[in-house]
Amino acid sequence: MGKKVALTGNEAAAHAMRQINPDVIAAFPITPSTPIPQGVAQFIADGKMDTEFVTVESEHSAMSACVGAAAAGGRVMTATSANGLALMWEILYIASGSRLPIVTAIAARALSGPLNIHGDHSDVMGIRDAGWIEIAAENSQETYDGLIQAIKIAENKDVMTPATVFFDGFDISHSIEIWEMEEDKKVKDFIGEYTPLYPLLNTKEPVTHGAWAPPDWYFEHRMNQLEGLLNAKEVVKQVGKEFGKEFGREYGLFEEYKMDDAEYVIVAMGSVCGTTKDAIDSLRAQGVKAGLLKVRLFRPFPYQEIAELLSNAKAVAVLDRVSPAGAQGGPLFTEVRSALYDVNNRPPVVDYTYGLGGRDTQPKHIKSVYEALMQIVNTGKVEKQFDCLNLRGTWG
Amino acid sequence: MSKKLDIRWHGRAGQGAVTAAKTLAELISQESGVYAQGFAIYGAEKRGAPVVAFTRVDEKPIRDHSAHMEPDIVLLLDPTLLGLVDVKEGLKKSGRVIVNAPFDKQQVVDELELQGYDVYVVDANKISMDALGRAIPNTPMIGALAKVTGLFSKDEIVKGVIELLEESGKFPQKIIDGNRQSIEKAYEEVK
Repeated sequence: MGKKVALTGNEAAAHAMRQINPDVIAAFPITPSTPIPQGVAQFIADGKMDTEFVTVESEHSAMSACVGAAAAGGRVMTATSANGLALMWEILYIASGSRLPIVTAIAARALSGPLNIHGDHSDVMGIRDAGWIEIAAENSQETYDGLIQAIKIAENKDVMTPATVFFDGFDISHSIEIWEMEEDKKVKDFIGEYTPLYPLLNTKEPVTHGAWAPPDWYFEHRMNQLEGLLNAKEVVKQVGKEFGKEFGREYGLFEEYKMDDAEYVIVAMGSVCGTTKDAIDSLRAQGVKAGLLKVRLFRPFPYQEIAELLSNAKAVAVLDRVSPAGAQGGPLFTEVRSALYDVNNRPPVVDYTYGLGGRDTQPKHIKSVYEALMQIVNTGKVEKQFDCLNLRGTWG
Repeated sequence: MSKKLDIRWHGRAGQGAVTAAKTLAELISQESGVYAQGFAIYGAEKRGAPVVAFTRVDEKPIRDHSAHMEPDIVLLLDPTLLGLVDVKEGLKKSGRVIVNAPFDKQQVVDELELQGYDVYVVDANKISMDALGRAIPNTPMIGALAKVTGLFSKDEIVKGVIELLEESGKFPQKIIDGNRQSIEKAYEEVK
């Protein structure tokens, strides 16, 4: 068991980085993730870690420096949010396409405009096709645990794919919570030493990184890359188990909360899952068979496992912390609904957008979702496939 | 006494309401088997703008990440917020209100229409001005809260806050001594 601490989500991420002590961190500050590089810089100044901290003039340069350092053979990390992540976008593809296991902590935040610095998933959903592993954390504990595991997942030789652990801006990044910090040495032992496959700095075996791939090879490279990303699913399970064995907190692809006999199920990611668990407990006390499927691994998306679990439900609501932006629903909804197409028992699935730009989502809003699901089951009719939680007025 | 406690802090940016909410969470959670959460609603980040911060305490891990709260205790850190913020919003019938104001209790009760609630008043600005030369009411209000709730003895709360201030490494001895004095005085004077 670790040491009980009262620290914010950002401090959890900074401490994970301190214990991981990567070779290089290149970062540029942006709200709400700024306290992560700030904390790291303090640890370095205090002699508590010896990472080479590269200060840069933009996030584009931060990710570029990460790519260079990772290609050179280093263990590399960074942190960002929102517009900063958007500015990294071009280089995110170069990191994944070059099979560089960079790990990024993301305090998830709305993208401007209008200017907003608060929690939402617009940034992490914007990079969902960049070929990165995406792991959602509910709270500070999962942020800390997730970053430690992400190093091992990304660096697995069958994976060799960059990974991000995201947690909600302000809701988690700036909230003090109680969580357990493990001993430095135990974390160090858990992640082990990193041996890069083809380090650029190994002059005895010169290699080329970032080579030109014309039409006769680019396709094969891309599919090779996809294989690495898909391999991450089994490795996430395996590392989650090992982590549980070592530290007592086991992780999988998702968390099932009161799912065994659940008739009405919410599928969600991030801090809203905690609020949802509280709502479920009070509904269960009234005899409502409510459950939560908390998605932890969003990329690669474990569609078969999720479809199988949801096929026992009577009705399902997906919560997306992002606008559908013209799609049938938010990204989590379209994934879940598509996954269910292959199973025989397909419950009705509806989508809610919630929490945009830091809008508060309270237990009563979650309860209203379960009430809507009960209504769907009672009437056999879906009145609204898409709706919003805690929006002024009504949608549609 | 049940360990479950919900606390809301109203202040103005710069007065340390957010720091107070988080400091209290940190202090309370030092006891084993007690969980706490400290957070704030971040607005435009302008000095002087009204801010709201929260501290949740429970015997089990706190999972709710919304700002929904039916507080047991509301603290008002700035007398100029009287009438501007809804102190009673969600406040439990048995709820207590601690106000930083230079007025007497009856005036505060009338102004905030707090008849029927337990109201406590302390002139934290004056205490802070005397001890630090600046009106930073957050630490004296933590002292007042300790007294009103009985969560900490005077020695415990002084020791706890001062340790955290020292650990942060940000403050000269003069500021630390001033804070010690403010906490003690507010603990003694709140009524």
